[in-house]
Amino acid sequence: MPHLFSAMTINWKKYDPGDCYDELISTPGYARAPARSLTAWLRALKNEELQSRKVDAELAIIDKGVTFTVYSEGENIDRAWPFDIIPRVMPIREWRTIEAGLKQRLRALNLFINDLYHEQKIIRDRVIPKSLIAKSKGFRPECVGITPAYKVWAHICGSDLVRDSDGTVYVLEDNLRVPSGVSYMIENREVTKRVLPELFENNTILPVDDYPDRLLEMLQAIAPGRRARPEVVVLTPGIYNSAYFEHAFLARSMSTELVEGADLVVEKDDCVYMKTIQGLERVDVIYRRVDDLFLDPEVFNPDSALGVPGLMRAWRKGNVALANAPGCGVADDKVVYSYVPDIIRYYLDEDPLLPNVPTYRCNNKQEREHVLANLETMVVKPANESGGYGMLVGPQSTALEREEFRRLISSNPRNYIGQPALKLSTAPTLCDHKVEPRHLDLRPFILQGKDVYVTAGGLTRVAMRSGSLVVNSSQGGGSKDTWVVDNETGS
Amino acid sequence: MLSRVAGRVYWLARYIERAENAARLVNTYYFLLLDLPRGTRVGWEVLSVITGGYTLFTEHYQRHDERNTVKFLLADSFNPASLANSIRNARENCRTSREVLPGQAWELINELYLYANAHVVDALPRRGRFAFLTEIIHRCQQLTGFLAGTMSHDHAYEFIRIGRNLERADMTTRVIDIGALSLKDSDEPGSLDVHVWTSMLRTLNAYQMYRKDVQLGVQCADVVGFLLQNVQFPRSVAHCLDQVEECFGNLPHHADTLKPVRETRRRVDRIKAAQLDAGSLHAEVDRLQVGISAVHQKILKTWFG
Repeated sequence: MPHLFSAMTINWKKYDPGDCYDELISTPGYARAPARSLTAWLRALKNEELQSRKVDAELAIIDKGVTFTVYSEGENIDRAWPFDIIPRVMPIREWRTIEAGLKQRLRALNLFINDLYHEQKIIRDRVIPKSLIAKSKGFRPECVGITPAYKVWAHICGSDLVRDSDGTVYVLEDNLRVPSGVSYMIENREVTKRVLPELFENNTILPVDDYPDRLLEMLQAIAPGRRARPEVVVLTPGIYNSAYFEHAFLARSMSTELVEGADLVVEKDDCVYMKTIQGLERVDVIYRRVDDLFLDPEVFNPDSALGVPGLMRAWRKGNVALANAPGCGVADDKVVYSYVPDIIRYYLDEDPLLPNVPTYRCNNKQEREHVLANLETMVVKPANESGGYGMLVGPQSTALEREEFRRLISSNPRNYIGQPALKLSTAPTLCDHKVEPRHLDLRPFILQGKDVYVTAGGLTRVAMRSGSLVVNSSQGGGSKDTWVVDNETGS
Repeated sequence: MLSRVAGRVYWLARYIERAENAARLVNTYYFLLLDLPRGTRVGWEVLSVITGGYTLFTEHYQRHDERNTVKFLLADSFNPASLANSIRNARENCRTSREVLPGQAWELINELYLYANAHVVDALPRRGRFAFLTEIIHRCQQLTGFLAGTMSHDHAYEFIRIGRNLERADMTTRVIDIGALSLKDSDEPGSLDVHVWTSMLRTLNAYQMYRKDVQLGVQCADVVGFLLQNVQFPRSVAHCLDQVEECFGNLPHHADTLKPVRETRRRVDRIKAAQLDAGSLHAEVDRLQVGISAVHQKILKTWFG
């Protein structure tokens, strides 16, 4: 019987991440230090027990109504949020470096954006070329000369981190427009606490649920400074948006109103009001989850029904704060991304703490030729897309797809960058009754108002299909709870 | 509270009540027709008339028979007042006002929607109709009870109560109208009275309460008086309007809204059922519906604008 018995539990010796870096297992049979108590505990769990915990997690997600929205067949479908119960673990010492690197990055990016909308010193000093901004889709001439509170434009940033096979953590991209995912980070932790409560007794895991408080604190700090208790609202495009769950979640957790464009009005005094059953009520801060171009039909897309006519006027006059500020997307551009290390050195006079993935800019002839010659080993991305759309993953592409990208790059080189395809790190993931390695990334969230704050860990997204590198939930990706473990202090 | 959200919970309550009422109406009307002698001119036509869909009905159907009428009232997507559409609209309004409702409310409505969608076809033949309609009625009542028992009685809840009671008042006037219309068209006034009015009481779940209140038999004037003016019966027009007025008092800026509801309420009290024939009863009911509509318009203007 003993052999049967062992077949019913996880055998870490048979778990082989190959030549990828695995977040939990260093070599088959050996766990990394911060993950040891987790892997040992999992090994002691019978297979049926593991499965029943998985089912518990799925039920908890349905009960709590944690969903994301997919638009298909003319109807909106709320799908249960995909979640793997085995957490991803990071040692606190490594995390502290990443945290410092993310803070450094966002401070530099905000100085950069503010400079672009004022003197443009960085262009005059020839650190970045003028043409880059002139052709940027995210640059908004309407924002020139504005100075938001603390000179901060990107108040909320979600940066995607990946780890290569040698263990180095890289910043893959910075999402500065309307980054989403933070609600799932919090819900993942809630679910894990419900289904694996034993583990929280033996590990010191940094909590993540203070995020809504920190967000509200930041939003209140950037208020135009008129009232003791500024009115903060969350502006959503509405239920048809894929992140509507998150908009409602954040509004509820901060006890603020969740408004749509039609709920707000800009009056003759150039102030923003919301329509309530009491009449009009003044609004001081808008956490907007609506893209720039839909914010104000008077200034941007005139057909937008999602926005508020006159909102830009109110913002320019300093009567309302917008987070993120319009125009901050200029730094959310994959070509600008390639300059971030230079941007950090230029504004902060510091060396970057977190490396960029080596990036080849296709508007440079030499670099473009390198990309075109190596399409099979590179990832090619358009400068201004998100959600994993419109990109070429070289190692998994067909000759036809590569031909298509060859044409796209040649016709619009400014719009493309190339990066060597990294061997993304993996973590043990419960797939069809077996634990197997799956590739993942990490999206921490950084807030900047008066101070800078980083979530403890972030949202780990995992590609559920074997070998796949696509982690986006819209394309079949899943997620994991992320533990920053502090087992060093006190033990 | 945001005006938009207030509007959505108000409509949510109206649509749930409307769905429940449609289910009751089809159920009892069918049983009424079973009781009537063959060849009676009372027919299915009345139902499309009183639900305000007569013109729409005739655009899509030629015959006012059972099959067409039941399909029109329960399932047809082109009929904005069909049971299926009421439930769909309730769900959409709930989806966009979830932040002010208890979490489980959404689940209940979503399940109701899924059930109705999957089973409404069962209700078209007579065989499965009763079970389907009873299930719909139960689920609607469950939701109403759930909200009453778990939701803070805050502004959002006041709007739910207003929506529910206004829809109820409206439905009760329509049911009285069915009685008036059925009798007006019938060849032999008097002989059908008991059947028709008993059935109307049943539609509003009022039969037992009526018998408690009115010891004598079922007569037009007594039934109409009970359904209009009894302040204790929760589906009487008087009771519903009293509830609406009370809710108004708990909301900001309500001064203007009191006038139409009080006017309509006084009109209810002035009706002397014993002195009305079928034709003048229909005219009175018509005036009450105009009054209820004026209350609705005032609500829109005051709070949802």
